[in-house]
Amino acid sequence: MGMQIAHIMASCMGGIRTAGDLVAWMQMTRKMKLNDAKAYVAKKLGIDVFELTNEDEMRLIREDLNLGTVTSIAGGPKGIRAKKKIGELLDIKIRSVELFKSQFN
Amino acid sequence: MSDKILTRMGDGERLRMTSSEVREDIKEATVDAASRGGIPELTAEEQDQLYEIIADPSRIVSVKPGNEAIVSDDGCSMAFYSGQDGGGVGVPLSRMQAALTYERACGADTISLGHSDYSYKPVKSIINIEANDYYNISMSSTVPFFYGAQPNMGLYFQPDGPCPNAAELLPLGKIKEARAAQEMAADYMADDLVFVAERLAEVGLEGLNFDTAGSAGDADFLAALRAVERIKEKFPDLPILMGGSAEFVIGMHGELMYDGKKIAGMYTHEQAQAVEKAGAAIFGMAVNTVTTESVQWNLARAVTFLKATTEAVSIPVHANVGMGVCGIPMMEQPPIDSVTRVSKALVEIGMADGL
Repeated sequence: MGMQIAHIMASCMGGIRTAGDLVAWMQMTRKMKLNDAKAYVAKKLGIDVFELTNEDEMRLIREDLNLGTVTSIAGGPKGIRAKKKIGELLDIKIRSVELFKSQFN
Repeated sequence: MSDKILTRMGDGERLRMTSSEVREDIKEATVDAASRGGIPELTAEEQDQLYEIIADPSRIVSVKPGNEAIVSDDGCSMAFYSGQDGGGVGVPLSRMQAALTYERACGADTISLGHSDYSYKPVKSIINIEANDYYNISMSSTVPFFYGAQPNMGLYFQPDGPCPNAAELLPLGKIKEARAAQEMAADYMADDLVFVAERLAEVGLEGLNFDTAGSAGDADFLAALRAVERIKEKFPDLPILMGGSAEFVIGMHGELMYDGKKIAGMYTHEQAQAVEKAGAAIFGMAVNTVTTESVQWNLARAVTFLKATTEAVSIPVHANVGMGVCGIPMMEQPPIDSVTRVSKALVEIGMADGL
């Protein structure tokens, strides 16, 4: 377990602490290389690429855009509701979200 | 106080080496990788960069701000609740609790779910259980959520499976029969990979991981490639991460081809090209750690292969960095001094898109 955490501390973008999950979605859904994926996400968020891993900036952005935050906020979106907003922001299709949306039909 | 550099062997043993010894290891290893793979050696500047990472006196190191990469995983959250065999720490958490802890407490970029056996064949008989757990967790998770396991063609040979055992036929000189057995096993395995993917796709699967493809040789690798093709044809929107099992594909069959190229002997850059051709979104690169060589020797080889691999394809390349892979010492409890040095070097010199 310590090995995974060591990798995360040494080189990981930070998942929902920052914009790591957003960049990962672009690698998965559009097959983007790291720098292209970062640039795409930064453009969608309207920030500099360097700020993607800045907790101070990304925390506020995630809260404002309802993308899910690392700390649990009562009433705040998380899980599938946050993923729905992420899909819309990044203009990508997230399969679990598509299933979720289909259940309202 | 010694002025020698504190480092480790590939089995985790700690030792001190002189500056010139560390540099010699790096040089020797990159020449070795380049020679084997027919790829460029690390430049003198890159070798210096790697030396600085190894020689850093700090206990742990990290990438510079702005250089962070994606850290995907192959069942990492299973290590919360599993035991020694899976590198697990035995905390009594459910699969959902473990996955969400990995997402929220650890800040991972992706999370995943996998069966304890971590092979696709046993998943087939419990697919409804896996689909149910996957669906429930996917409703609660925010970061990309993979389902992963190893193709593991070895499970299709007798006595564990239906096919004659190729590893028993080969020493008897029954080459033709061994090849036929592997082709049969490959067909069974591809069907199972597609079966599991189809069932999970029905419950909103966000990403699929074929981890350690080719572990039983070239037929294993080919079956995984064929499965990727079939799955992408049916579900073009389903992202697939396909990872290799070693720096080259072992030629247990020897004659199998993909896209006009022989699979046996494919090095990582060629594996990545095949994976890209099949339609996967991400290639996972594996280079096995040699336990009798130093961490810097193993890492220099891994970085050399990785750099050539990232340059060979348009899809993202993630370096596999579990126990005994890509420079990580082959031991149950990899030391974090080595782990962080591997992490930094692969991202900043090897230009990994992820780990």
